[in-house]
Amino acid sequence: MVWAAVVLAALGCYALKWLGLSVPSSVLDRPVVRATAVALPVALLAALTAVQTFGDGQQLVLDARVAGVGAGVVALLMRAPFLVVVAVAAVTAAGLRALGFA
Amino acid sequence: MSDAALPAPSADWSRRRSGVTRDAVGVGVATGAYGLSFGAIGVAGGLSVAQTCATSVLMFTGASQFALVGVLAAGGSAPAAAVTAVLLGARNALYGLRLSHLLGLTGVRKAVGAQLVIDESTAMCLAHEEDVRARRLAFWATGLAVFVLWNLATLAGALAGSALGDPQTYGLDAAVPAAFLALLWPRLSDWRSRAVAIGAAVVALALTPVAPAGLPVMAAAGVAVLAGLLWRDAATSTTGEQAGGQQTDGTG
Repeated sequence: MVWAAVVLAALGCYALKWLGLSVPSSVLDRPVVRATAVALPVALLAALTAVQTFGDGQQLVLDARVAGVGAGVVALLMRAPFLVVVAVAAVTAAGLRALGFA
Repeated sequence: MSDAALPAPSADWSRRRSGVTRDAVGVGVATGAYGLSFGAIGVAGGLSVAQTCATSVLMFTGASQFALVGVLAAGGSAPAAAVTAVLLGARNALYGLRLSHLLGLTGVRKAVGAQLVIDESTAMCLAHEEDVRARRLAFWATGLAVFVLWNLATLAGALAGSALGDPQTYGLDAAVPAAFLALLWPRLSDWRSRAVAIGAAVVALALTPVAPAGLPVMAAAGVAVLAGLLWRDAATSTTGEQAGGQQTDGTG
């Protein structure tokens, strides 16, 4: 099942890269397509952030992850690099759990 | 712009060549940090070390890889995970459009080069657009440097992650959304992007209790389509400028 997802996604991602190099630019280089392509990563990353922060199966919950991501936001506001943001979130959540808060 | 542009004198070129190569390796090292976290998050999300590494080799586009793991870890189906990942890779097609006439790839070179069409290689190529040798070198050197370091870092991260044990103990389940947020952050530079982000998050959360896992995130893509229709006239920036602004955001 994981392998199926990896192979499907890899084929799709490669096809898109190859397509961009292959089709005449008039086919894809339209304002609607371009505006959607800019918005797509924003929408998907925001949705993934939200679901991974609050989702637990089909339930929405508040747990240590919220505090972790909150700490990540502080790190981002302080212009911390990617790895630091991720580490701060993980350590915060783990710390709260170890202390029995969440 | 055209292939007929005069090549720079050779001393000049050799200096420029080492400059471009150095920059390419620098970008590769910077993306290695993202690769480390992808490796750790991959195994925390339930993939084996081999599956995590295969993802980096075969997909080789960062944000999509994080998305694939995120959806699978949340219990989403294989098709849901793959569709989300592929949608996130759609911008690479636009990069390819910009690159196709700059690189003039055909045959085997095109087949190999296509895999290297990512944020970083596109940005570096466009930064050296005016000289045909420099832009080709920038694309290939950056693409290959990122490919090698991204995959080595993924392996290191996956091995470290599997040595750690239970992801919850180490807060790796909080690291996953933080990683998505950090990838999102540099894209929130204007109010339209922020509106899209908030709209998409609301849609995804609203659907979570009622839709099967993986579907809420895919549905949020609808917000992007809506934004594209609404704001098509505002999309004046070229794909190159987008790539340039994201040179080191590591979304590959």
